[in-house]
Amino acid sequence: MTDKSVTKTGVTLAAIAAICTALVAATYQLTEQRIAANEKALLERSLQPALGGISYDGSVSESQIVLQAPHDLPGNDPAIIYRVYAEEQPAAALFAVTARDGFSGPIRILVGVEFDGRVSGVRILQHRETPGLGDKIESARSDWIFQFEDRSIGDPVVAQWAIKSDGGDFDQLTGASVTPRAIIKAVRNTLLYFDDHRDEIFEQ
Amino acid sequence: MTSGGITQHLQSGLWKDNPGLVQLLGLCPLLAVTTSFVNGLGLGVATLFVLTCSNALVSASRRWIRQEIRIPIYVLIIASLVTCTELIFKAWFPTLDRSLGIFIPLIVTNCAIVARAEVFASRNRIGASIIDGIGMGAGFALLLMAIGAFRELIGQASILSRLDMITGGEPSNGLSFADSGFLLAILPPGAFFSLALAVALKNYIDRRRRISSGLTPRSLRHSR
Repeated sequence: MTDKSVTKTGVTLAAIAAICTALVAATYQLTEQRIAANEKALLERSLQPALGGISYDGSVSESQIVLQAPHDLPGNDPAIIYRVYAEEQPAAALFAVTARDGFSGPIRILVGVEFDGRVSGVRILQHRETPGLGDKIESARSDWIFQFEDRSIGDPVVAQWAIKSDGGDFDQLTGASVTPRAIIKAVRNTLLYFDDHRDEIFEQ
Repeated sequence: MTSGGITQHLQSGLWKDNPGLVQLLGLCPLLAVTTSFVNGLGLGVATLFVLTCSNALVSASRRWIRQEIRIPIYVLIIASLVTCTELIFKAWFPTLDRSLGIFIPLIVTNCAIVARAEVFASRNRIGASIIDGIGMGAGFALLLMAIGAFRELIGQASILSRLDMITGGEPSNGLSFADSGFLLAILPPGAFFSLALAVALKNYIDRRRRISSGLTPRSLRHSR
């Protein structure tokens, strides 16, 4: 290639890069607000079920605390605590925690705890359990996850926080026992953490 | 371009040179997302859009593109279009975007797209290139939908579940025929079985056609 054609080639490449960048920038401008709104709505929507229908002020995602590892909650990635207030009084806390001992990969769990220590609801945020077996932990696929509602440390006692075949108080899932064990353990440990740190959580 | 030419181009993409069934291109997304009809439809439409636009842009700029820099330029064009598609999905179909996950950005690596840019769009007029993009894209999308529907039907005994990801509204479970299906179909091996069945079916149909159009099985063997 001669010098002239090298320059020409470079200019062509730059021009096409500029056009492509402009195209992406324009699309971004056009979609930015919708995407931000979607993400906020999605977060609110995913948090709400674990609150079990208690009434609260404002939006849930506003007062969040992010705990970087190491922390005493289940999992070794950042845990998020959303504090929920009703009429400016602490009403509940939502914990986004991770169970590391699932059947395949980490399970991200949302545990809602009312101020008095009872579970308001548990939901699975993310998992890679076996379709048809372990994925029955999703609220859309079976009622399994609902059995935690209104339970607390003491109902049943800590030792009974296990599946029935392990001598515990909770139903199992046919064909999957690793998954329920992991979730029960994570919920139990979250409740224990809440009992120990309740005042701290709402103080911050 | 004559209407006969258009039909020929479309036929080539939809059947004769179908990117999934014949060229066996873009198999990674094809195998990974086809667990349901709606997933297949979503990725199919996204691929169709990117393929048609990239063919149009490559064809429009083919006079200025020098041989030496054609590949970087294809990559630029395709990557920009995929980024735009991803943003559009995130803005208007957020649940579908979450369901397809990484496979929307991964359209950029679908070799069917760069193959059409290199083989067709860089050598043909813009009209023909758009038709080719629509034909090839639709061929790929229809295959995704067919395999998605088949796997959903066998694996979950339902069809059209989560159609709300496209239409909006409340989550729907579609038409359900039984409580549970044959699980294997929605697991990864099911994807390979389904694709193999689809390729076999296409070859069977082609063979029947050739036989009925007067070729004997013997001459068929020679032509292979």
